[in-house]
Amino acid sequence: MTKLQTLPAAGGDSAAKSGKSPRRRESRGNLAFSRSARIKGLIKHAILIIVGGVMIYPLLWMVISSLRPNDLIFREPGLWLNNLEMSNYTDGWSALTHPFGHYMINSAIVVLGSIVGNLVSCSMAAYAFARLQFTGKKLFFGIMLLTIMLPFHVIIVPQYILFSQIGWVNTFWPLIVPKLLATDAFFVFLMVQFIRGIPKDLDEAARIDGAGHPRIFLRVILPLMVPALATTTIFTFIWTWNDFFGALIYLTDPDMFTVPVALRAFVDSQSATSWGSLFAMSIVSLLPVFLVFLFGQRFLIKGIATTGIK
Amino acid sequence: MSAIGELSSMTRRKGPMTKEEKKANGRDNKAAYVFLLPWLLGLAVITVGPMFMSLYLSFTDYNLLQPPEWVGLDNFVRMFGDARLHNSLRVTFTYVLVGVPLQLAVALVIALVLDKGLRGLPFYRSIFYLPSLLGGSVAVAILWKQIFGTTGLVNQVLAMIGIQGPGWISDPNTALGSIILLHVWTFGSPMIIFLAGLRQIPVMYYEAAKVDGATTLQQFWRITLPMLSPIIFFNLVLQIIGSFQSFTQAFIVSGGNGGPSDSTMFFTLYLYQKGFGQFDMGYASAMAWFLLVIIGVFTAINFIASKYWVFYDD
Repeated sequence: MTKLQTLPAAGGDSAAKSGKSPRRRESRGNLAFSRSARIKGLIKHAILIIVGGVMIYPLLWMVISSLRPNDLIFREPGLWLNNLEMSNYTDGWSALTHPFGHYMINSAIVVLGSIVGNLVSCSMAAYAFARLQFTGKKLFFGIMLLTIMLPFHVIIVPQYILFSQIGWVNTFWPLIVPKLLATDAFFVFLMVQFIRGIPKDLDEAARIDGAGHPRIFLRVILPLMVPALATTTIFTFIWTWNDFFGALIYLTDPDMFTVPVALRAFVDSQSATSWGSLFAMSIVSLLPVFLVFLFGQRFLIKGIATTGIK
Repeated sequence: MSAIGELSSMTRRKGPMTKEEKKANGRDNKAAYVFLLPWLLGLAVITVGPMFMSLYLSFTDYNLLQPPEWVGLDNFVRMFGDARLHNSLRVTFTYVLVGVPLQLAVALVIALVLDKGLRGLPFYRSIFYLPSLLGGSVAVAILWKQIFGTTGLVNQVLAMIGIQGPGWISDPNTALGSIILLHVWTFGSPMIIFLAGLRQIPVMYYEAAKVDGATTLQQFWRITLPMLSPIIFFNLVLQIIGSFQSFTQAFIVSGGNGGPSDSTMFFTLYLYQKGFGQFDMGYASAMAWFLLVIIGVFTAINFIASKYWVFYDD
């Protein structure tokens, strides 16, 4: 207990020293502040390293296991690697009807369409909600917020009936068209929040210069909301790439499989001996998400912290 | 402000429109509806339209081939006597009521450890956050299936210390637990929301408490927890709504059948089987509306209960 007591003081001390506003606590504290603070720091690092290690270990183990002969997956919990075994990757790549790249291209098409759809439709709706006065604004805004929380399952049956009647089953349209119609209300909300933070003087200046709403939107607001667009792009990428339920329902033809449904077909068809190639393709499927995470982390963390996404 | 905060403030702030609002009203109607056109279309065709359509279908017998036949409350009566559905409710409630608090508790503890001036915070934050990006994927569900299998990673590690573990996902007693653990594993995103919330607590409160001789534990109970309560509430609402809809993990781990012996048969899985396995669309629609009502009730309880424990500073 005594160990923990110096902590708030240590935080406050560093905040005072750096001369920042006392409303914000400094994230980098002065660890050399006292002996007990130092020990406490060590304990914290120990906790974090253990918890983090346990969390990340399965992922690392999957990567290592995918580079091992198959039988080792069932009896080698360690991470050391004697020699690189690439056969899991070559076997897995061609284990299904099409080479795995085919499914990745399908996924890429859906992801690209969804990103474009979300960027265009959500930013337009957000501009209206954030900047324009119109009848029914409050009501629509409330409905928009509520649809963020609407379970997908409530609309999936009629949606499926609709899309199957216009012959869109086994096409990518059911996965892309909803995004073109701003049904990912979450991003509308994210962008509304962002636009509200842009000074209105800029709009006014443009208006005085004779610009109409389309022009203000395209020339003033859009260039200033690039961070929100980036956050939207990154989240849309990850969510669409991982989306399983929609693809499971709408894509039943192996030609049209996206990566998640292809993996599912793989796991259902595999015999007990092909875990290695299953792991290999799982890693291939996670790689794009991981890369986006590496390069887009800043936007991801900011996006979550400010709006609280899942 | 979060979506939930915004919604609750909308219901709180009522009253006549100000003169300015009245004057401004209608000014940009044409432009506004042009900008809103895609969204309005989506609302009609993709969201709210199908929502009411499914309400209608829930009173019908419909298999996609013949036109829907009105059966009144039949589907709901059937649900009442459907033992597998009752079981799926039990499974889902267990998942939500155990998984969500556990995940949020871990997220809060790690956020508290991370919060105060720790070296390497961005690094740790990334490590803890990564699983919540990957956790919804089929690939991680596949990994989970192996790890908790009879000869999986967990049992290999246990064997090293001489314990013979069960087949976690093939044993009805532990299968659901393995999936709950996968949910807990994705604590990174609520953790980041907690971290952001902790930053907002003015440090002078702690300084004042310290001057008054408050212990760390007292500070946690009297300052941190009340100040963080809106964030906890926000996470709770979001996670409960999300967890009720959880599908992919149980589907992949159980091979699509919710086994062993229906122990991982989530409500959504059963709904999928009814609707898209047996094309019993009327029944599936009734189930979907039931799910909506359950989620609505849980959210309402959450909001009502929040009056007693959530503390708003403003």
